[in-house]
Amino acid sequence: MSKVNRFFSQLLLYKSALAGLIIILFLVGISIYTVITIPYEDAILLWRAGEQYWLDNPRNALPSWINLFSQRKLPETIILTTERLQVGVSKAIVPTERFSVIKIKFSFNYAYDDFPSEINLFFKAKFNTSSPHLTISWVKPNGEKITLRTLLVSKGEDSYYISNDKVLADDLKKYISNKINNAIPYDPPITLMLFAQEDTTILSPDTSRVMKGDYELWIDGIVFETDVDLDAKLVVYGKIYGLAGTDHLRRDLRIALLWGTPIALSFGVTASVTIALIQMFIGAVSAWFGGKADTVLQRVTEVFMILPFLPLLIMISTLYKFNIWVLLVVVIMLTVFGSGVKNYRAMFLQIKEFPYVEAARAYGASNIRIISLYLVPKVLPTIIPSIVISVADFVFLEAALAILGLGDPLAPTWGKVIDDAYTYGALYKGLYYWVLQPSIMLALTSLSFAMLGFALDKIFNPRLKEM
Amino acid sequence: MLPRIIKYGLKRIIILFITVVIAVYITIWIANIGGYVDEIVKSDILLQVSQSVRQNPAYRGLNETQITKIINEIYENELKKIGFDKPFIYRSLIYLKDAITLSLGRALFLSSDSGSKSVRIIILERLPNTVLLFTTTQLILFFIGLFFGLFLSRRYGSFLDRLSVLLAPLSSLPGWFYGIFLILIFASFLRLLPYGGMVDAPPPADKLAYALSVLKHMTLPVLSWLIAYSFINVYVRRTFFLMFSSEDYVEFAKAKGLPDSIIQRRYILRPTLPPIITDFSLTLIGSWMGAIITERVFNWPGVGSLFYMASVMFDTPVLVGLVVIYAYLLAATVFVLEFVYAILDPRIRAGVT
Repeated sequence: MSKVNRFFSQLLLYKSALAGLIIILFLVGISIYTVITIPYEDAILLWRAGEQYWLDNPRNALPSWINLFSQRKLPETIILTTERLQVGVSKAIVPTERFSVIKIKFSFNYAYDDFPSEINLFFKAKFNTSSPHLTISWVKPNGEKITLRTLLVSKGEDSYYISNDKVLADDLKKYISNKINNAIPYDPPITLMLFAQEDTTILSPDTSRVMKGDYELWIDGIVFETDVDLDAKLVVYGKIYGLAGTDHLRRDLRIALLWGTPIALSFGVTASVTIALIQMFIGAVSAWFGGKADTVLQRVTEVFMILPFLPLLIMISTLYKFNIWVLLVVVIMLTVFGSGVKNYRAMFLQIKEFPYVEAARAYGASNIRIISLYLVPKVLPTIIPSIVISVADFVFLEAALAILGLGDPLAPTWGKVIDDAYTYGALYKGLYYWVLQPSIMLALTSLSFAMLGFALDKIFNPRLKEM
Repeated sequence: MLPRIIKYGLKRIIILFITVVIAVYITIWIANIGGYVDEIVKSDILLQVSQSVRQNPAYRGLNETQITKIINEIYENELKKIGFDKPFIYRSLIYLKDAITLSLGRALFLSSDSGSKSVRIIILERLPNTVLLFTTTQLILFFIGLFFGLFLSRRYGSFLDRLSVLLAPLSSLPGWFYGIFLILIFASFLRLLPYGGMVDAPPPADKLAYALSVLKHMTLPVLSWLIAYSFINVYVRRTFFLMFSSEDYVEFAKAKGLPDSIIQRRYILRPTLPPIITDFSLTLIGSWMGAIITERVFNWPGVGSLFYMASVMFDTPVLVGLVVIYAYLLAATVFVLEFVYAILDPRIRAGVT
């Protein structure tokens, strides 16, 4: 017990080890939280559900905490729906003898400093033969009312992507140009034209400002039927979302960032521990038995040192599209005869000559007993640091495979997020949060293990400690 | 004396050669995925043949069974022409012979920028790019490690020394990872340097301008590797020199009152140089196989990207060609190093029997 205590107090002496340990504990905490709150199957389902599932989320939104650090408040997403009771929503369907009148009104306050990213309107209509004829109008805080469009709603689910309406864009541009007696020299997005102050500031996208205040969207309709129901949902997409933001498919990046943690930790730790143990065992056998066994094992190792590890791994994972755990097994199989075997063999060759090993041989201990009870335990402490340090390598290997477009096709991992971001030009478009968040997680993980490993190295290998 | 060394050399050559042969043969098997690539090639040929036959106006009048017969005949001939009528195990030995004699053959799917299908040309087109990038990087890393390692080993315990120990874990992040950050800062944010590639498009006609353009494109990849691997390099060298500085003969030289510069050169650097040179040459040779991910991140047209494309497209001849060249280079380097040490180092010379 006192030995263990001494070990830990020594460990704490090294501040970087302490920092590393705290980060590792933090990551383990995240992992446990993730596994409990979002079961793996749910995570995969959420991550692979497709855009339809995430339709209420803004695309490529920044993380919400960005507003804490910026004077300019970016808009959050505003969702108003008639399907449940909500402040700012009113719906009335008044049937008369031959037709029904629909009146839906959404009102909300908009006090952000930036324009929304998109505006969509979703409908759910129930009727028999005659489809509702709707007029959509927009009321700005200054009381001005603009008719956006008249449309017919089809049965079931329908939608009107307001911010994608090309005709509306042209009309609005002309309307505003006339109003301020100045032609707008560029094509402003609809989101800007619906929310901007209509004065000369709108003439450039850099000077245009949001008109803050209460907005309204009216849906007035008429149906030549009495058995009618219509539900509508207005989504004014913001530019921030949740703790981690969203990607190009509107997915909540939080899921991938959270689930990346247990996957990276288990992949890294399993790979590095298993590979080190097997390599050590091969090295011990090679050194202990010598002769033919040694020759064969050493030649096999040399052959494997020539084989190109990553290209072979890429081929195999391209062909089979393995999930991450099978990939782990392949990685282990391709690396067990790595250069580590040579190092371990050299260590065991020295230990083999130690008197206590000779004594064991003299009392007739079996080969297996000597290897597992006398040789391996002697080397184990000296290699623990390198095992800990190499966890980082395997965490990055998984990320690297994902960046090459390989790796697990389903699991949400940090590497996958970086790959998505890279493929969709996040760096060109300035969507830095998309790359930075998973990168910081990766860096934290590998740095924590490296810091702990380097400190352990000084404790377990005191020859270095004196230096 | 001399014959003994020659005998030793011959023995090593044979062993290294056998190792290379086995490694290449294993690569041939894995790269063909036990014959799976055959199926891809065969279906490719069948598709080509049937398309060309069906589009050929000369066969237009024939009915379906006749066309199928013609397709089958041409298909069988095509297979025979590339030797695919023989079983894979037989062909694998022919591939092995071709690979070992460096007649690398033709690529299945890839082609060089000049449009050639010859594996040799494809590889030779890429190799200089990778050698340029990574030899530069490794040379700079080598001298940084050597210089700062020596410097810090003399100032053991100083602030800089402790700083180098503290910063060593930063090297647990790979070069390509720092590369992403560098692209983010210097290409995307500051717009100072290019995102990737090797030369401006279109390439400048003037030689000097061309060289400058390549230099500009090299800056970020080289820098990313320097950031990633300098710390661990300096740390390892420093520790290595420290171990040797406490040897008895160094203490003795100090006691004799020899000046520091002589102690450093003769008593520390000289005995430590062989392992350092070994390490450096092996790293250098290894670096010529490119860094797949760094080259992907920086879009560098080197061997690493070629490796990647060949693996994804299952272009076996290219893969095998790359592995053979690497294996020969590695074996030759190992042999030269061993042989030189066997001649130079009296301790090893004694063991040569």
